[in-house]
Amino acid sequence: MSAHSLPDVVRIDNLNVTFATDGGAVKAVDGVSLRVAPGEVLAIVGESGSGKTVTAKTILGLLPETAIAHGAVILSSKDGADSNDVLSVSKQKLRQLRGTDVSMVFQEPSTALNPVFTVGWQIAEGIRAHGEFSRKEARAKAIDILGRVGIPDPESRVDYYPHQFSGGQKQRVVIAMALVLDPGLIVADEPTTALDVTVQAEILDLLRQCRDEFGTAIVLITHNMGVVADLADRVAVMYEGKVVEEAPAQELFSNPQHDYTKRLLGSVPHIGQGTTRATARALAREPEWAAEAPVVVADNLTIQYPGRLGKPGFTAVNGVNFSIRSGEVLGLVGESGSGKTTIGRAMGGLTRVTGGSLTVLGHEMNGFKERAFKKVRSDIGFVFQDPASSFNPLLTIAECVAEPLVVHGRAANAGAARKRVNELLEAVQLPRAYGDRYPHELSGGQRQRASLARGLALEPSLLIADEPTSALDVSVQAKVLELFAEIQAEFGFAALFISHDLAVVDILADRIAVLYKGKLVEEGTGAEVLGAPKDAYTQRLLASLPVPDPATQALRRDELRILRAAE
Amino acid sequence: MTTLTSDTTRPRKAPLWTRLPVVHQLRQSVGLQRGMLVAGLVITGVFILTAVFAPVLAPYGYSQLRDDNGPFGAQQPPGGEHLLGTTVGGYDVLSRVIWGSQTAITVMVVAVVLSIFAGVALGLVSGYFGGWLDRVLVVVSDAVYAFPALLLAIVMGIVISGGRSDLFGGILAASISITVVFIPQYFRVIRAETVRIKAEAYVESARVIGASNGRIMFRHVLRNATRTLPLIFTLNASEALLTLAGLGFIGFGIEPSSAAEWGYDLNKSLSDVTSGIWWTSLFPGLAIVLVVLGITLVGESLNDLADPRLRSRRAPAKTAGAVAATSVVPGGTLAAGPAGIDGLEAEPHANDTHPNDDPFEAK
Repeated sequence: MSAHSLPDVVRIDNLNVTFATDGGAVKAVDGVSLRVAPGEVLAIVGESGSGKTVTAKTILGLLPETAIAHGAVILSSKDGADSNDVLSVSKQKLRQLRGTDVSMVFQEPSTALNPVFTVGWQIAEGIRAHGEFSRKEARAKAIDILGRVGIPDPESRVDYYPHQFSGGQKQRVVIAMALVLDPGLIVADEPTTALDVTVQAEILDLLRQCRDEFGTAIVLITHNMGVVADLADRVAVMYEGKVVEEAPAQELFSNPQHDYTKRLLGSVPHIGQGTTRATARALAREPEWAAEAPVVVADNLTIQYPGRLGKPGFTAVNGVNFSIRSGEVLGLVGESGSGKTTIGRAMGGLTRVTGGSLTVLGHEMNGFKERAFKKVRSDIGFVFQDPASSFNPLLTIAECVAEPLVVHGRAANAGAARKRVNELLEAVQLPRAYGDRYPHELSGGQRQRASLARGLALEPSLLIADEPTSALDVSVQAKVLELFAEIQAEFGFAALFISHDLAVVDILADRIAVLYKGKLVEEGTGAEVLGAPKDAYTQRLLASLPVPDPATQALRRDELRILRAAE
Repeated sequence: MTTLTSDTTRPRKAPLWTRLPVVHQLRQSVGLQRGMLVAGLVITGVFILTAVFAPVLAPYGYSQLRDDNGPFGAQQPPGGEHLLGTTVGGYDVLSRVIWGSQTAITVMVVAVVLSIFAGVALGLVSGYFGGWLDRVLVVVSDAVYAFPALLLAIVMGIVISGGRSDLFGGILAASISITVVFIPQYFRVIRAETVRIKAEAYVESARVIGASNGRIMFRHVLRNATRTLPLIFTLNASEALLTLAGLGFIGFGIEPSSAAEWGYDLNKSLSDVTSGIWWTSLFPGLAIVLVVLGITLVGESLNDLADPRLRSRRAPAKTAGAVAATSVVPGGTLAAGPAGIDGLEAEPHANDTHPNDDPFEAK
């Protein structure tokens, strides 16, 4: 599809980037060479810290002052008439290149747009920075481009402020801003990471359209192999600052060469992985198990956040019914704003229940008193989403893990609890010496395992895990999920596992509940919900999930299109 | 692959003295920032030493008017017996300047100590519990902001000792008025930090565990909220000195017979300036300027060094540096990749330990 007579839109030769930090110089990119042909989508994949974002930012000359880059980044204009080395051009020239030759789509659309200007103004700002345009002409161009990226009714939407758009529409606006000067190359840094999976599918469609209709080449930075399979023509895998493998997408997925690539692809969770395990577990249970009283029962559970003065409150959870029996893992899936975290927090006594009934370990949570609930707390473990902030930075890991033991009087102080802490750390496969480290001295995955150790300290009969792996890299996530499954089997606690990722929930859960806008739309075993979803939303959610295989993904894409057209 | 029991030695800690507050920053700084910090520290150090050793350093007492050879005489020019001359009242200027540092440091310490405890306690309680108490305290502290410190100090001076104050009264008048104005500053900072930290996952996890409010406040919130205090501390100390000098200058200072005070000396030297007698006003004025400058320099440098975005670093050599290990940095790529300085900040041992030495993840 690319015209081979034209030069590469960008050619990176032996790029090295070094950062000055307090701990001395740190090399982020180590001898990287890449090229992108016109109209080609190159995906750069890798885990956090692999240097993929730094490489991409170098193309736009967006490195911070603490960075020193050398090598060559030759950027050519779309018609091939002009080419410059980004690393050596003047600031003035660089400013001209940005927007016309190369532009950027950021990860978080809500922070990439200025909230106090209309989107039309922000698009026009870019146009008028690169040539003589009257206000009227710029506005006409803005309306045109908004229409082309699929914003309905662009003539009136051009005067809207960013907050009047949804997350997906905001990302469309950001892409419109990047496209408006018709650059030869767009650098998209995790363009769908902050979006829900159903919206992600739409944005990926739009990016594909950018390539096909505008002939724009795209450098796509992502850690999501499904996104790569969906969009990329060619893939470069980065690890520790180096490109370890580069191949056409089809070839990379069907026949990965480098060990790291194989490991990365092997770690990607896919639907259907856990179904057999869940069935085996269900068969192993004794028949009277179903008759036992459940650990958690939600009956018409409603949680409303108070609104501002004179305005009605926001109902986050609306009439939800579910139950968790002892030793059972319920996976709660939903997009952002679906109320899944609110349910988890209500079970942990962090958010008040405003209607219906929620019984946790025989204790009614509607109108609960902290004093009466404190005893129940020792039977509940909680694992938080963000491993970076879930530990007090001034306490050692051992002190943090000992905290529940000390609070509930099982140990006089952290020192006395050390023996038990060591057992717990070994249960989550952390060397006991790690107990003396501070949280920042551990990696994300290690911290999340320590967090699990803290959750298990009192041997709870119920564990609430709120997106425990969503901040982790995919290979680390696979390990943590594996560990979670092992420990659940060993300790036998009931668990509520909250996640936005169907594939992750599938690995662990006995039953899956799907939440949509505060309502429970579907509940059942993994085989039922994922195998034959009944609700239209679940079907769409399932179809939107990109799979790490370009051929299958192309088929799924067509299915999704049919599904969307039917709605 | 190593086994689980392999001895994973934790990264060696730097020796204790390099981790002390100011020493740590000094070692961290480079270039102009280091110059500023060093200049500030030297000036502040000289000031503190002068105050401590005033009895040894000063040739005469602060209220001494005569020695064995008779009275000093008024407005003697610098030189001879009196290195910096004598004042209109017949005091030795050098001795008054040296003794004045003692008064200055006392006011600073008393003012900061009085305000820091009240401010931190109020901020912690107010931020943690919120509700009507929080609202009332915020309104009160806003109201106090509108109060000029000097006016309050005058009122305090009159209340405490009827306007003409002795050493004790003068110091207390200055300190208390400063305290009243400073408490809202500490309150505001600690409250804002507490409100932020209250929403952090580690506080929530303590609540889920069932820890009591007191335990959460003191074990988890307080120690994390006090990071910015040294900065306000230094800036407030210089403001305390200015208030004391201002009080002295407008005539509510401390009597020369009870203590030496730079503001008072400046006030008395007003008429000298027009008659060409420069030494009586220059040296006390210079003392005030230097001490305020020194302390402010320390405060400003500490402030810049505490912020990774303002801190300057040595430029790395072109090919220097080891490649940072993958998955070191938590959060997303944008939040803290190698591009996010904060991410690397949290990993000071990035070079000497490989965080993936944990066999579980390294397999």
